[in-house]
Amino acid sequence: MNHSSNKGEERYLLNEIETPAGKIPVVKTALEFDDYLGTWRVRWGYGRMDYRVNPGLYAVGHPDAESPVLVTANYKLTFDSLRKELTELNLWILVLDTKGVNVWCAAGKGTFGTKEIIRRVLKSRLFDIVKHRRLILPQLGAPGVIAHEVTKSTGFSVVYGPVRASDVREYLASGMKKTEEMAKVTFTFRDRLVLVPLEIVGAWKIALIFAGISLFAGILNDGIGVRALLFPLFIVGGIIGGTILSPLLLPFIPVKSFALKGAIIGIALSTMIAVFFRVPAFTAVPLGIIASAISAYAALQFTGASTYTSENGVRYEIKFAMPVLRISGIAGMIAAVAGIAASILKRGGIS
Amino acid sequence: MSTGYFESGTLSLDESKCTGCGRCKEVCPHHVFDLRERKAHIINRKNCMECGACMKNCPVSAVSVAVGTGCAQAILKGGKRGSVECGCSGTGGTCCG
Repeated sequence: MNHSSNKGEERYLLNEIETPAGKIPVVKTALEFDDYLGTWRVRWGYGRMDYRVNPGLYAVGHPDAESPVLVTANYKLTFDSLRKELTELNLWILVLDTKGVNVWCAAGKGTFGTKEIIRRVLKSRLFDIVKHRRLILPQLGAPGVIAHEVTKSTGFSVVYGPVRASDVREYLASGMKKTEEMAKVTFTFRDRLVLVPLEIVGAWKIALIFAGISLFAGILNDGIGVRALLFPLFIVGGIIGGTILSPLLLPFIPVKSFALKGAIIGIALSTMIAVFFRVPAFTAVPLGIIASAISAYAALQFTGASTYTSENGVRYEIKFAMPVLRISGIAGMIAAVAGIAASILKRGGIS
Repeated sequence: MSTGYFESGTLSLDESKCTGCGRCKEVCPHHVFDLRERKAHIINRKNCMECGACMKNCPVSAVSVAVGTGCAQAILKGGKRGSVECGCSGTGGTCCG
């Protein structure tokens, strides 16, 4: 058997069917409240690494020995994204153990890989269940899989299907014709939007520290009062600029560098804050520099979640960005301290 | 992506070895390759993100590229030229995607 016996524990399973290799669970193709809740939860990073399904073979609808075999990862979000596109189709899904990681990342790490596919195919006794000898893999599994090695070891040919699960139905219906659109990875607004929560979560601890320090600085500068809140406001602006606005506005800032996009957004936000709250230049400029450095650094982190950055390209960015960020961050803080000292002296009557 | 990114320049294709099987075009996420007259050609070099899918799946090793992960976090954690570790190996650590 290729499943641990959690009969009925998984809400996404319908029942089981008999095959020459034993009972195979049938999955639902309609997502339920629990699934949406789970998606929301992991998008915010909660329990992200434990959101898995058991690897092994699953059935969709009423598949037989001629039905296609789709291969996927055991990250439940991946599994859900695939099965919800398969309503009223009849096929097999072979789930690999990618340690709860999505297809593309797992392929990069090698867990959505040649060895694991071979292991799963043999373990599931797929050769007893289907007459054909073809595996359909998600295109983004390719960085981890040597197709001709899989064929050599299993006798199954490998075909790389579409990038997106939403194209699987059309792909199968057209006789496995993959259009150029189906083969291209995009990075749409919605793609970027769902990644923002994790960017925020990744930054919030440092955000709290910086906000706390800047509030203290604001109090030193202006005494206790509403005006003191301006300091943390710049900092929060920088964080929002880097974790939310930079990802969302990514294609609209006409530079290649993620760090520079973040800096530009940080400068724009800081300028708006300075103008709106009539912050004097000797306070606004240092704070604006610090906020923009924060925004740039946070935006740089987004490279890992993006779909088109090369390692050499990011290394090139970092080579210029990190020294500039360090220098401007330090310069900004020194200038801010000088400005605060001047404010304190002024309030104390010494000029 | 309309703004594009910094070109990596490590992708190379040895046309003399190419058998025109089409795997590179089949696996590339950014339409870098096209098949013309039964040979693969690089048509969008600047889109290459060095994922390595083409090199891995070329049955005659005609394609080569310096594979890497375009993730600032992993690079910064890995040090100057150190191994890049993004900490999403499953036990502890988190994955950004």
